[in-house]
Amino acid sequence: MLEIRNLHAKVDGKEILKGIDLDIRAGEVHAIMGPNGSGKSTLSYVLAGREGYEVTEGTIRFKGRDPMEMGVDERAAAGVFLAFQYPLEIPGVTTMTFLKTALNAQRKARGEEELDAVRFLKLVREKAKPLNVTDDMLKRALNVGYSGGEKKRAEVLQMSLLEPALCVLDETDSGLDIDALKTVAEGVNALRSPERAMIVITHYQRLLDYIVPDVVHVLSKGRIVKTGGKELALELEKSGYAAYGADAA
Amino acid sequence: MAAVRETVETVGEVEKYKYGFFTDIESEKAPLGLTEDTVRFISAKKNEPDWLLEWRLAAFRRWLTMTEPTWAKVSYPPIDFQDAYYYAAPKQKVKLDSLDQVDPKLLETYEKLGIPLTEQKMLAGVAVDAVFDSVSVVTTFKEKLAEVGVIFCPMSEAVQKHPELVKKYLGSVVPTSDNFYATLNSAVFSEGSFVYIPEGVRCPMELSTYFRINEKQTGQFERTLIIAEKGSYVSYLEGCTAPQRDENQLHAAVVELVALDDAEIKYSTVQNWYPGDEEGKGGVYNFVTKRGDCRGANSKISWTQVETGSAITWKYPSCILRGDNSRGEFYSIAISNGRQQVDSGTKMIHLGRNTTSRIISKGISAGKSSNTYRGLVSVHRKAENVRNFTQCDSLLIGDKCSAHTVPYIETKNPSAILEHEATTSKISDDQLFYCMQRGIGEEEAVALIVNGFCRDVLQQLPMEFAVEAQKLVGISLEGSVG
Repeated sequence: MLEIRNLHAKVDGKEILKGIDLDIRAGEVHAIMGPNGSGKSTLSYVLAGREGYEVTEGTIRFKGRDPMEMGVDERAAAGVFLAFQYPLEIPGVTTMTFLKTALNAQRKARGEEELDAVRFLKLVREKAKPLNVTDDMLKRALNVGYSGGEKKRAEVLQMSLLEPALCVLDETDSGLDIDALKTVAEGVNALRSPERAMIVITHYQRLLDYIVPDVVHVLSKGRIVKTGGKELALELEKSGYAAYGADAA
Repeated sequence: MAAVRETVETVGEVEKYKYGFFTDIESEKAPLGLTEDTVRFISAKKNEPDWLLEWRLAAFRRWLTMTEPTWAKVSYPPIDFQDAYYYAAPKQKVKLDSLDQVDPKLLETYEKLGIPLTEQKMLAGVAVDAVFDSVSVVTTFKEKLAEVGVIFCPMSEAVQKHPELVKKYLGSVVPTSDNFYATLNSAVFSEGSFVYIPEGVRCPMELSTYFRINEKQTGQFERTLIIAEKGSYVSYLEGCTAPQRDENQLHAAVVELVALDDAEIKYSTVQNWYPGDEEGKGGVYNFVTKRGDCRGANSKISWTQVETGSAITWKYPSCILRGDNSRGEFYSIAISNGRQQVDSGTKMIHLGRNTTSRIISKGISAGKSSNTYRGLVSVHRKAENVRNFTQCDSLLIGDKCSAHTVPYIETKNPSAILEHEATTSKISDDQLFYCMQRGIGEEEAVALIVNGFCRDVLQQLPMEFAVEAQKLVGISLEGSVG
């Protein structure tokens, strides 16, 4: 699904990623842990193709294609989804309108038929229910006045609706109380499938109690310094990141 | 006023060239430039009664003494008013046989607007075949209006058929002396719409210039007059969303609305005149005076405008709230891109007691454009218990455009409650990235965000118009990012 070789990337002229190697197969969930400033978010932005995140060396292959030759929206249509740490507010645009615009834009890009209002409504209600996203929320402007939990649930709803091949969850646990965390994690777990890969980026082990990864990587100063099973996360929780060259966790 | 008219008439009597010009009457175009003879020519062409000719001449003489307003935040080279034609018989559009002969760029725009094929043909001047009989549509529509006594016709026809109404109301809201461009319009206006809604009648359909334009091309100096008698209601839609490839540079229209007791007029505009090219060459100067008079008690006038075109827009649709308990509303979306300059807003003049007004203005600037909201809320001494709410929001796209808000508030009555809110925001890179990460293309993302920003105003438009307006918002901002 995803192969990253010797990836170097710069932001504002400063090298943040200094040679990342990563292989993720369909059906796997990989956690990337690391201290602040280690390059976790940079990696997610590079995958999504954000402007200003410049790849200086190395290669990425996603489903056999080179994402570097694709625009942000093309990568999205090809199946890259980034769940934002801080989802953006879009005033005046209802969540429903936003979801429909996004889904139909992706379908159109893939040469599929766009969904009409009736079919879309049915689909979105079906996906919203398990995430406890109410009709009232769907009618409100996207993320405007949403609580922290509502924002993250709306992110997972988007993910569920768009059915991406690769989900990148950037610090999805930040700002969530334990109940909200459980709801979101259940939503994410429901999306685990043999066709889908996930990258869960997190600072703390807590989230990984609920979304149990197959592989855990430790990222420090732009490099993956250790890779192991889910028990590695527990180990980190005890020893902290100091052992991996980080100044402080 | 009477004394002025007398003087004007006396001057008219001694005018030596009064008849000298009429030999030329068969020509289709008035000679270049603007003189009294031009005014007489236009009036004669339209077979107007003497009072209207005198009315025009008075305006013309007044105009000679006036200077162009310079207070607006727009700049353009001086206009040579003598280097223009003020009357040309409606050009017979070349009838094309099929859409293949139409400018492909025009078709591309129609396509994006989602205008049905038959309508595209009508707009582009292609002879419409039996699939959609435009004549029968227009006829059915006229019959339906006639049943309830609604008059809806070109201004020149109203002058002939309903002179008493025209004489009574023309210039009663925007006097001939009002401002430079309105005065010019009074002297040389050549077309426009006339609407009369009888007492107690609720106009059974949205009146749209679309139907009328098909009958006859409107001129560059339109004069529109809408009268809503006691207890009547009308919703009027102006403009079509297709680009008007008008070679004329100056567009100086006047619109007058009169609402009597308990009457309501809703006036919606979607303006998409040619904005000029990216360098700011060409384009329409849209210098328009629009004013509504809530003359009767409990009357209501509501302006809704979506302004996306024109090189320069200078336009302040206003309400005179004369009748007690009357209400004025102004909902505006003004979009500027490229090198467009917009100076637009409204005036709410509160004269009557318990009068209320609401102003919602959304300005969007992109490219190297300049977008100014200029508004006046004025409360007169005798106007008790006035309420006004004003909200002015500006949205910037890119870093080479500008937005300005210039609100004026004058109040001479301490019981007035006036509220003013203003915001300025920018489409952030974060928002764009977020939308695009969901698979939405850049231009569609901008259109989505801008439509969200304009939502309060778009909701005021009649349903069928709102959909087109939303698409137009997207089209007019193409190329504004990236």
